[in-house]
Amino acid sequence: MGFKAKQLCKLALGPVLLFMSVSAMAAGGEASSINMTPGVTELGREVYDLHMIILWICVAIGVAVFGVMFYSIIFHRKSRGVIPATFHESTTVEIAWTVVPFFILIAMAVPATTTLLTLYDTDNSELDILITGYQWKWKYEYLNEEGENVSFFSNLRTPQAEIYNDEAKGEYYLLEVDEPLVLPVDTKVRFLVTANDVIHSWWVPALAVKRDAIPGFINETWARPTEQGIYRGQCSELCGKSHGFMPIVVNVVSKEEYGEWIAAKQSEATEVKQLTSQDFTLDELMVRGESVYDTSCLACHGANGEGGVGNAIAGSAVATGDINAHLEIGINGVPGTSMQAFGGQLSDVDMAAVITYQRNAFGNNMGDSLQPVDVYNYKER
Amino acid sequence: MGDHHHGPAKGLSRWLFTTNHKDIGTMYLWFSFSMFLLGGFFAMIIRAELFQPGMQLIEPAFFNQMTTLHGLIMVFGAIMPSFVGLANWLIPLMIGAPDMALPRMNNWSFWILPPAFLLLASTLFMEGGAPAAGWTFYAPLSTTYAGPSVTYFIFCIHVLGLSSIMGSINIIATVMNMRAPGMTYMKMPLFVWTWLITAFLLVAVMPVLAGAVTMMLMDVHFGTSFFSAAGGGDPVLFQHIFWFFGHPEVYIIILPAFGVVSQIIPAFSRKPLFGYDSMVYATASIAFLSFIVWAHHMYTVGMPVAGELFFMYATMLIAVPTGVKVFNWISTMWRGALSFETPMLFSIGFIILFTIGGFTGLMLSIAPADFQYHDSYFVVAHFHYVMVAGAVFSMTAAIYFWLPKWCGRMYNETMGKTHFWISFIGFNLAFFPQHFVGLAGMPRRIPDYALQFADFNMMSSIGAFIYGASQILFLYNVIATIVAGDPVSDEKVWDGAEGLEWTLPTPVPYHTFETPPLVK
Amino acid sequence: MLKLSNNPIVNTSAKLAVTAVIMFAFVFVVMVPLYNVLCDVLGINGKTNGQAYTAVEARVDESRTITIQFIATNNAGMPWEFSPTKTAMKVHPGAVNDTVFFAHNPRPDAMIAQAIPSISPSRAAKYFHKTECFCFNQQPLDGGSSAEMPLQFIVDQDLPRDIGTITLSYTIFDVTDMASGALAAR
Repeated sequence: MGFKAKQLCKLALGPVLLFMSVSAMAAGGEASSINMTPGVTELGREVYDLHMIILWICVAIGVAVFGVMFYSIIFHRKSRGVIPATFHESTTVEIAWTVVPFFILIAMAVPATTTLLTLYDTDNSELDILITGYQWKWKYEYLNEEGENVSFFSNLRTPQAEIYNDEAKGEYYLLEVDEPLVLPVDTKVRFLVTANDVIHSWWVPALAVKRDAIPGFINETWARPTEQGIYRGQCSELCGKSHGFMPIVVNVVSKEEYGEWIAAKQSEATEVKQLTSQDFTLDELMVRGESVYDTSCLACHGANGEGGVGNAIAGSAVATGDINAHLEIGINGVPGTSMQAFGGQLSDVDMAAVITYQRNAFGNNMGDSLQPVDVYNYKER
Repeated sequence: MGDHHHGPAKGLSRWLFTTNHKDIGTMYLWFSFSMFLLGGFFAMIIRAELFQPGMQLIEPAFFNQMTTLHGLIMVFGAIMPSFVGLANWLIPLMIGAPDMALPRMNNWSFWILPPAFLLLASTLFMEGGAPAAGWTFYAPLSTTYAGPSVTYFIFCIHVLGLSSIMGSINIIATVMNMRAPGMTYMKMPLFVWTWLITAFLLVAVMPVLAGAVTMMLMDVHFGTSFFSAAGGGDPVLFQHIFWFFGHPEVYIIILPAFGVVSQIIPAFSRKPLFGYDSMVYATASIAFLSFIVWAHHMYTVGMPVAGELFFMYATMLIAVPTGVKVFNWISTMWRGALSFETPMLFSIGFIILFTIGGFTGLMLSIAPADFQYHDSYFVVAHFHYVMVAGAVFSMTAAIYFWLPKWCGRMYNETMGKTHFWISFIGFNLAFFPQHFVGLAGMPRRIPDYALQFADFNMMSSIGAFIYGASQILFLYNVIATIVAGDPVSDEKVWDGAEGLEWTLPTPVPYHTFETPPLVK
Repeated sequence: MLKLSNNPIVNTSAKLAVTAVIMFAFVFVVMVPLYNVLCDVLGINGKTNGQAYTAVEARVDESRTITIQFIATNNAGMPWEFSPTKTAMKVHPGAVNDTVFFAHNPRPDAMIAQAIPSISPSRAAKYFHKTECFCFNQQPLDGGSSAEMPLQFIVDQDLPRDIGTITLSYTIFDVTDMASGALAAR
């Protein structure tokens, strides 16, 4: 095949444009809006480099292949009066373009294999965290060899008013949670990932971590963030209605800050227990109940208790009926429906507040209320 | 086959009871085009909702139904039946056979399709809505957590699987037994070859899909636990079975497209196809490899590292035969005498865009990098480059290429070229930016997104509307051609076209090759 | 070649139809059992053997200490309180270890639970032997009552050197409906 390099140069203009856009991607660096982030872990940078190498190889092959094609398109046209050649095979050329790509692939496979082996090396972690996917929130549990585990749920914090365009959208629209996962910097963290209901997937691009959360089974992966900061991600496996509304926020802090934070979390757990013995006024319960409702109930029962996936709460038989029956559903859920058992998810204070709120909001006007101790006693009965 | 030597029967019964491969081909093509418009309409709803951040038009639950139905209808209702239609029209003409081997079954395999899709579409109006677990319908979202529509969905999958299997058996039986004297296997046009291999893939994997949905049905209604950990099953097993079907399915869609392009490129290059033999071997290799790469869709489920490595290497290997194909098409063009009528434009568009889709496919095969790509918009961009710019572009090229031969009328070339350029620009505007948002961290199948993805999504939606609108132009052009196009009577509509179908009179008579031609 | 009919078209078609039927059966009789075998061998999803392990002559390797973490997860709609009584244990390979999980059924009605074990890292699964486990059987519990569910296990001496921590997770499912026949029999 007569390959004329000079003439090919004239055709380089199109590929140059492609090159430029790809270079822009390369130059974008971290948190680019058009390219993968190298992230804040050693592994993430390795994955990023791998991604860029393969991308450049593809671009180079593309330029060569499309270059030949466009040369042909421009110079071998019928309108130029070309007499078509008649060749239709060439064993040498055909063997060459079978064998050469094979070697290119081997060159790609070598770094890919090394990186994959690193990615699978979950040993020698300094901190273990259990991540459980729920429809539609995440639960984080810090596994502690001594004493009680710290655990909490992490819910979407973006208000419905922003989602439904009644209010201006904030900077971290849909990527903000009420309580982020806090990690110490420069620490190998092992993530154990599982799910409560359907399959979810925990993805934080900056940590180069994506793992499916599979109900009944546990998956493991790890990260060692080297820079402090707040990193955001999302659930990446379709998990039902609010799949797009269960973000992940990871706050990487210094080891000292982490130590203070975990200590505060542990004493907070004790405090919540103390709160159980306090009495609250109806107004206090209503204020607390509203915020609990927004994070835990609203997705299914609607902003005005009008229902959706779940039954309506406004005027419902449950919310205007026997208060203990109402509490029973709150604590233990309704088997066979999407109404989960919230007894293990909400503290007794929050449970008392949200039940009280549901009975006295959305036009419901029962006037009765529950105290945290009632919830405690009901559970212990 | 009653009145063999007369024309078609009159009225509706012609279509209901026809056993003529051309009539059945025509019905397949119109049915698939109407499904293409329906699936496209769902896509427009999706893109309209994603035009801006925030929920504007539809609710998240309905959004999931739209993405699910869009995928199912495009894959099973639009692309697959359209190539079956093309096979019906062309295979007997290309191998010199009077009709398909099993004409009665041919009729059945078409007529069970419309009711199945009507049933699927009707689930939209059911309590609880249409299936919403994505076209991949992973358990347990599609079983324990699905609405009542799942049962109808399973029935629909069974019916269309049956239709595909019957269609494939028919194609294989035709190619193996009804070739004209002298038409050896290695003389068959490449379109026939790719379809023969595709049909074998279909016979092998459609029953696997049927098995998967049967297990779902048993889990939902008969208390088994194939996919539920509670009873000793495993939701990941569903993914293995699904992708054991699903990966060959991808090639089922693209192989006939390869065949179409391999017919059109030589015709407008006025030069024989380069490397016919290697094309056949490459097609066969791709088909074989498609059975051992399925788990590359599942890198993040937590397979043992040895498994990940095996599937990564096997997947990378597919680049070799696919590369051979692309190189062969380009060598066919090399030193030809090219002209750029609409079918050629769509074929060149196919090569460029499919190759880009192939490159992103290679990137996705790299397991460690896939942990960042997986289930992001990068994947959405990748498979639309392969499915739309691959399968749909080549199908469009095929219609422009063979329509004049079928109906003896020429389409409007200016309108055809306009259709190409609008499609090409619209398509790239819609899907190229999706690479960027995917890499930047936007997951797929979400009804609303963070603000940093807003610009590219708006661009993508505008591109999608342009691409969608261009199909109306296509529909108009096709109807205008059939009704009032300029008559053509040359046997060879295109001066460079080669093959038995171009030896027949134009328009192609209702019955052809009743005496087999002799192939030298 | 197998010949099913003298008509070549019918012959080809019949063979293909038989192939399709075989492929359908293949899913049930090959893929599912094969997957389960592969899970056992490779520890896919950290699955452990569902049968009690018969202890072989064990030599306790006191030079190594392995940390065993216990995790308890409730699947959706499972209201039981379910937790390990100890969140972690330090054990020597080869030694027989005992622990208990606590379960409480807060509902007024009797319920049946099934616990599904999963081990991380998954390659440790085949070195973790359970000689007695509440997960081998479905666990019934009367309304309002509690139970301590025993687990006895041995970590194999051949556990790869680089594994220092094994996490054993149990997810508890409500199988009352699935096992209602069994409940009636009680």
